[in-house]
Amino acid sequence: MAEQVKVEEVADAMYKMVKDSMGQKKWKATDLTKAVLELFGDRCDKALAKSAIRELIESGKCVYTYFGGSFIEIPHKEGAEN
Amino acid sequence: MAKEKRKTPKLDELEKGKWPSFVKEIKTAAEKNPMAEDLLGQLERSYEEKIGHWKHGGIVGVLGYGGGVIGRYSDLPEEFPNVSHFHTLRINHPAGWFYTSDVLRKLCDIWEKHGSGLTNMHGSTGDIIFLGTRTEELEPVFKELTDIGFDLGGSGSDVRTPSCCCGKARCEWACYDTMALTYFLTMHYQDELHRPAFPYKWKFKMAGCPNDCVASIARSDMSIIGTWRDEIQMDKEAVAEYAKSGLNIQRDVVGNCPAKCMDWDGKEIKIDNKACVKCMHCINTMPKALSPGKDRGACILIGSKAPIVEGALLSSVLIPFIKLEPPYTELIDLVDRIHEVWAENGKNRERVGEFIQRVGMGNFLEAIEVEPIPQMIAHPRENPYVFYEEYYEEDGEDSDGQEEEK
Repeated sequence: MAEQVKVEEVADAMYKMVKDSMGQKKWKATDLTKAVLELFGDRCDKALAKSAIRELIESGKCVYTYFGGSFIEIPHKEGAEN
Repeated sequence: MAKEKRKTPKLDELEKGKWPSFVKEIKTAAEKNPMAEDLLGQLERSYEEKIGHWKHGGIVGVLGYGGGVIGRYSDLPEEFPNVSHFHTLRINHPAGWFYTSDVLRKLCDIWEKHGSGLTNMHGSTGDIIFLGTRTEELEPVFKELTDIGFDLGGSGSDVRTPSCCCGKARCEWACYDTMALTYFLTMHYQDELHRPAFPYKWKFKMAGCPNDCVASIARSDMSIIGTWRDEIQMDKEAVAEYAKSGLNIQRDVVGNCPAKCMDWDGKEIKIDNKACVKCMHCINTMPKALSPGKDRGACILIGSKAPIVEGALLSSVLIPFIKLEPPYTELIDLVDRIHEVWAENGKNRERVGEFIQRVGMGNFLEAIEVEPIPQMIAHPRENPYVFYEEYYEEDGEDSDGQEEEK
């Protein structure tokens, strides 16, 4: 099996996906997992993707949001707060 | 000069009658808490206009968690500034909802310091609900809660706080230790509880016997209901006592048995235990004489939900009987397989029951590697024009290898 990518690398890739589609698409954890599995092929698995999501959230680079379901987004000023 | 009291004629109607009134409680809180005062104002306004004035959802939470805080903002912040933020916190309740009075006081002290002071004990999820605080108070309240041993519960697309009946703590009919299993599942699925990773919510509810006091069959994605597989235990002397004391056993017990598996000859009750459907009616009616069997475990059902995106569903049987004892390996393996299949293939906001309806029970069972069995079927199929692939092979032979008749 190919050598696994580092968790930081997966987290960076996820961050880019979320950032690039901000305002156009909301990502669920499962969507991000599927996307990185496709991107990295057998160098990434679900456990690694899960760790990468945790890294993203705990670093504060991304936050969980709720709009009907739960999504992962870049922190931003809450629209409803205005 | 004393502040003029806010007039709330519509809400005042809800104080009338003999039942406890949430309006009365909010008014009491409003005497010392400005959030509760503005809440009364906004609520009165909603009753006048017949319009809700809350904006729901958003990004509020505590660092690292994706659940436990439900964002809520007023759309009339200038008019009611003290409820411009009015977030709800879900606090993971102890299994069976047992507290010491000391802990309850501590919880209330924390909430009076950081929020509206209004609570809901308990929400329909089972959690302790803290109603109304500001975004900047979330981290401080979370810290104080964790300092006294509490944690946030689930919300959003995650495992919701597991809940159960009081089980063996207070009920002799509990067929397994619901509180132990609830605690175990809560700890085992901490990651899934705090970090939403599913298409939508997932609820576990544990009921110790088929009376299902937590209504798990109607409101949990996985209902784990205690049952037994041997014979109903009977104390014949107690049966005679019931008859002597005037209970009409023929009419009120035997006559109401849905499986018609009981007989009463005036002296003895005879039960055809193989036909018993574990409805609990006879046991509930004669609790001193009858009780669940000795070979106890649980039935696992899947797929119920209240109507939100689509209509309500009741759970259906997945595993008719399982012994539920630590370390619960068999149960965890099953749940993990279901989560894997549902997370991979479920649509956004699709509960597992709706997912099963969409893909079909047969395909779902195949995906989670569970063999179909008769107990999963409510009634035999009604459409005779159903053909199964294994009977018709490509070369014109049936499944026995014999050439098919033309």
